[in-house]
Amino acid sequence: MIVDETIRQVLSEHARLVVDVSTLDDRADLFAAGMTSHSSVNVMLALEDAFDIEFSEEMLKKATFESIGAIRRAVQEMQARG
Amino acid sequence: MVPSGAAGVNEARDRFRADLLEAGLLIPTGVDGLYGGSERYESVVRALDDLIDRVGADQRARMIRFPPVMPWANFVANGYLESFPDQMGSVHGFGGDQRQHAELVRRAEHGEDRGPLLRATDMVLRPAACHPLYPTMRGVLPEEGCRVNVSGTCFRHEPSTDPFRMQVFRMHEYVYLGTPERARDHRDEWLRRGIDTLGRLDLPVESVVANDPFFGRPGRMLAANQRDEELKFEIVTPVYASEPPTAIASANCHLDHFGRPFGIETARGDVAHSSCFGFGLDRIALALFNRHGTDPNAWPAAARSVLWP
Repeated sequence: MIVDETIRQVLSEHARLVVDVSTLDDRADLFAAGMTSHSSVNVMLALEDAFDIEFSEEMLKKATFESIGAIRRAVQEMQARG
Repeated sequence: MVPSGAAGVNEARDRFRADLLEAGLLIPTGVDGLYGGSERYESVVRALDDLIDRVGADQRARMIRFPPVMPWANFVANGYLESFPDQMGSVHGFGGDQRQHAELVRRAEHGEDRGPLLRATDMVLRPAACHPLYPTMRGVLPEEGCRVNVSGTCFRHEPSTDPFRMQVFRMHEYVYLGTPERARDHRDEWLRRGIDTLGRLDLPVESVVANDPFFGRPGRMLAANQRDEELKFEIVTPVYASEPPTAIASANCHLDHFGRPFGIETARGDVAHSSCFGFGLDRIALALFNRHGTDPNAWPAAARSVLWP
């Protein structure tokens, strides 16, 4: 899936994970995998660029970016809102 | 009638400000949030500064006093520019020739922007008492870590007519650098001491989870994360009836936010964590005047004996 590939690409470039992103499944905790508060902000901004979306105010929190699955749901929701 | 909403809050602020000015405690300068302090006001600030030294006397903290300006490079390296650009007070100078000087004076006389004729120096006003400390701690800490007592004048560019929101204010802090566990213990221990000390001054206080006012959309996310991780607590006290209580002290766990950029290591060779507890000296003084009245001689005896033992 192109969405997942893009998410993984963004994570590998911005999340500063201590493990290889390819080893993480949908539900793996990205913060436990090394992503910090500051790097999660960079992930958020890079996702906005990559998908040409702007996350809504209520999405700007840790839970939105805690796993690949959570990120996909947030991206798809913003894409659906257009 | 009980005032409600924004109008009520503004009224309460304006009344408190008027009381302070009328009593001569604060001397207005013409710039919002910038005041002189009378002898009576400063005697309270000084007593608080001394009290906080006494409260931490058992901590064997190193006392260091830095000037209220710090190197620009450190201000950038510690992330303040990235997170709080709107609060910055950059120090500028003039290095032009005679013609540019004449133009600068002309602009000043006409109330025009002087910015283009000034040049930034390598300094910035410090936003917190502890910020100049971290770059000086580079290297390996002793086994037990390091505790430091810092105090002094700080600047944040947020003009307001609310006396509690000064642009230039004093802060007295206890900082710890060492292992993650001890940094957290330091914050929690000082949160207890802070609540106890302020309670003994007869201020109704409680601690609440808080966040720093990070800038912009990324900032909203950082703020939410900070709250989520319960890294920062504030000690708050009610000052205006219709408004949430005001912070007069804060406890902050920085994780490795300062240890990493400034190369500070624990004895075990890990990146050092740090935490700080800061008493807002002007805000506590104002809370005392707000609650107990403008004459410290008439304050509750118990609170007076804590301030002036």
